[in-house]
Amino acid sequence: MDTARREALRQGGGISLLALVAAAGWLTPGEACAAEAWNKAAFDTHSLDATVKALGGSAPTPSKDVTFFQTPDIAENGAVVPVGIASAIAKTESIAILVEKNPNMLAAVFDFPAGTEPSIMTRIKMAQTSTVYALVKADGRYHVASREIRVTLGGCGG
Amino acid sequence: MADPTRIRANVTGETTEVRVLMAHEMESGQRKDEQGKVIAAWFIRNVTVTWNGKTVLAAQWGPAVSKNPFLSFKFKGGAKGDKIVVTWVDNRGERRTDEAAIA
Repeated sequence: MDTARREALRQGGGISLLALVAAAGWLTPGEACAAEAWNKAAFDTHSLDATVKALGGSAPTPSKDVTFFQTPDIAENGAVVPVGIASAIAKTESIAILVEKNPNMLAAVFDFPAGTEPSIMTRIKMAQTSTVYALVKADGRYHVASREIRVTLGGCGG
Repeated sequence: MADPTRIRANVTGETTEVRVLMAHEMESGQRKDEQGKVIAAWFIRNVTVTWNGKTVLAAQWGPAVSKNPFLSFKFKGGAKGDKIVVTWVDNRGERRTDEAAIA
């Protein structure tokens, strides 16, 4: 893996490199400007508190307004576990999915601009039976709900 | 180049439901090959969905999202024929952009 290139891209110093990439036709200039941010620290965490901290928040409050839908109690295949999460909290900005017993806890973070319903349905991998957390950021505060999902066949190793 | 992203967008009343199916290996970085060597992680890190150029959903993913990722969500607004664009970027810097019209 070409880590040097990646590092250069991550730092602002990669402008000339980006220009090269653009010249090679891989990116149009417009796309290159919208350089995507990826919170590496948050995706490296192993606990709920550490993840919230890496996302820039403090201890989340348990909330009944954060709910799971179309989410099984028992997943036969840990490689494909459907998870739906909805937030009824006003000014919900983002929803994150965390799996306690995965090698890294954070699976995904979704940001909801105004006008988008704070509700998401996706599929995740689970290494084993685990508590799954739905972490909601609303009006700068963090709220959490959890659900245990039993996994018959793990979806990470092999 | 990766296979196209499949996008379905349907408007009902004032709400548009978007369903997206991306073609990606989403290698976890946990698996090993026959020689016992770890297979390097390869996964989509960023997803952006726009409606007529306005972002309606942005996501950051780790390798724990399933292979050939699926997602669905709803936003207010949208009319038949409006353009929905889905872009993803993976940890190798590869990207793919696909679009569909709201039905």
